[in-house]
Amino acid sequence: MLQLVLFNVTNGLIIGAFYVLMALGVAMILNLSNVINFAHGNFLALGGYFAFVLIPYTGFWVALLVSPLLVGLLGYIIEQTMVRRVYSRDPVYSLLLTFGLSFIIQDVCRYIWGPNGLPLTVPDSLSQGLSEDLFFITGYRVFMMSIVIVSIVGLFAFLRYTRLGIRIRAGTLDLDTVAALGINVRLLRSLNFAVGIFLAGLAGVLASGQIGLNPNMGDDLLLPAFIAIIVGGVGSLTGTLLGGLLIGVASALTTVFWASAQEAVIYVIMALVLLVRPRGLMGEEGMFT
Amino acid sequence: MSATTTDRLGHARPNGRPGGRPGLPQWTTAAVIWLVLLSAPLWLGLVGGYTALAAHVVVMALVAMALNFLLGFTGVMSFGHAAYFGLGAYGAGLTLRYLSDSTWFAMLNGILLGGIAGTLLGLLLCRRRGVYFAMVTIAFGQIFYYIAYRWDDFTGGYDGLRGFSRQPLAFGPWTIDIQGNGTLFYYFVLFVFGICVALMTFLLRSPFGRTLIAIRENQRRAQFLGIAVNKHIWLSFSISCFFASTAGALYALLNNFADPTSLHYNLSGVIVIMVVMGGMRSFWGPLVGAAIYVVLQDYISSMTVNWMSFVGLLFVMVVMFFPSGILGVLKRRAST
Repeated sequence: MLQLVLFNVTNGLIIGAFYVLMALGVAMILNLSNVINFAHGNFLALGGYFAFVLIPYTGFWVALLVSPLLVGLLGYIIEQTMVRRVYSRDPVYSLLLTFGLSFIIQDVCRYIWGPNGLPLTVPDSLSQGLSEDLFFITGYRVFMMSIVIVSIVGLFAFLRYTRLGIRIRAGTLDLDTVAALGINVRLLRSLNFAVGIFLAGLAGVLASGQIGLNPNMGDDLLLPAFIAIIVGGVGSLTGTLLGGLLIGVASALTTVFWASAQEAVIYVIMALVLLVRPRGLMGEEGMFT
Repeated sequence: MSATTTDRLGHARPNGRPGGRPGLPQWTTAAVIWLVLLSAPLWLGLVGGYTALAAHVVVMALVAMALNFLLGFTGVMSFGHAAYFGLGAYGAGLTLRYLSDSTWFAMLNGILLGGIAGTLLGLLLCRRRGVYFAMVTIAFGQIFYYIAYRWDDFTGGYDGLRGFSRQPLAFGPWTIDIQGNGTLFYYFVLFVFGICVALMTFLLRSPFGRTLIAIRENQRRAQFLGIAVNKHIWLSFSISCFFASTAGALYALLNNFADPTSLHYNLSGVIVIMVVMGGMRSFWGPLVGAAIYVVLQDYISSMTVNWMSFVGLLFVMVVMFFPSGILGVLKRRAST
């Protein structure tokens, strides 16, 4: 029993880590641009597919970095050509736009790489289990978690210590003032968008090493990412981090006792948070309106 | 609310929907639309359509108009309306499957299931605004998808709920055979649609409807006037959910089938695009949007398996080039 619980907590943390990577990207875009990026899960899938194409030529390690960069670049281009035009309009348009993009990207993936799952080969050095008892902690999972931790720490350091990161945080609080101080807000939003998409691409490469590739692999992560943001509190990236881990572990633990309720429990948590603490765990008063 | 405020708000809007000045154009629009809808079974065959397609259009038009009650006339964006639509479908389907063979009773249960679920969740939602309202509605809508998906023995799970069919309608001593006769069923759908449209028109013309429009136009000002904004948004959301679940119940009767995709947020997005494509500030816009979408999807999905790309492109094109919708463009043409 203990092993089973431990197994599921590990699973929960790993799933939670993916929720967090997704949710941080969605939250950054939401906070600065007031756009819910519906296509985020599809950028995640693209990250996986780009790595799938790159690996035969470059090997896994280069693909792990290059593929998210390419996806980020694509995100940048899409922001420049389409998303930025709807910033000033009613939010319904940005939702519809990213919704349409999500349909298109998913269908293009299906058209190019086929509707069925594809495996992503990871280096042999990563695929062994660490010990007999803890068979479920494979080298790849440890590796995955370390990359996720490194990138989250990197993101928070980026937002805290670099000039661009500070501007992004300032823009989240008061975009007008930031613009008035002579900062190019359009560029800021584009770069912020690209960073968010980069995170999705990275999550995509890591996830496909574990579960393989398929055109709608990101869809199951999108809603939990939204919920992580709501539970953690809109406007707080730390809250998003906590929210993602919380729902990941809660959902995995529920699997032990009542597998059918593994999704429902996430929504129960969200409903409880909204009832008891509408602004979310770490959200600021008044942000979530 | 004082009469002048409502008059000014009404006056500021273009004609062609309730809430504007009552005048000839509104009645002509309504008359033309009803003429087309009522005569559809006569000419549909000539243009390559069929009655079930027309019934599908009317059902989707009803859910799109239900959403527009909220989106276009209250200014609140729900992106989770498929949930209440799907609950209506499941409510009707489950009733016919397990409880009774009365179509009326099935309709009633479907409407109540979706409507009450919406009313209860509305309590949690009504304090959110803008994109956050949308985000929470998407998230909550998805609960019902997972319930229908996971509860195999009761709902049929992934494959959907089968094994029921609509039954002839009992009208006192008479029965109307909507089961075998597609045209009669179409008129039944149109009858329910008519009742809902009449109710919506009535609500939007009432002081309550004017208040909703005031909230849409300027929420802060409405608050200062002493309007309980959250309560009105909650009421509008609930009413909209009742209409959406009515459409859902009809949808289950139309297909004799209810499946989890009718609860999925993808359908919510489709409902929003119908509203926006038709024109979200106009009363009949969603009907036009629904007609275009349903016919187009029927046509494209028979031509290619990549219909998702076309639907996605449609979304992008509408957002980029026709943000005010088809009726919006036509109206602008007419006024210049």
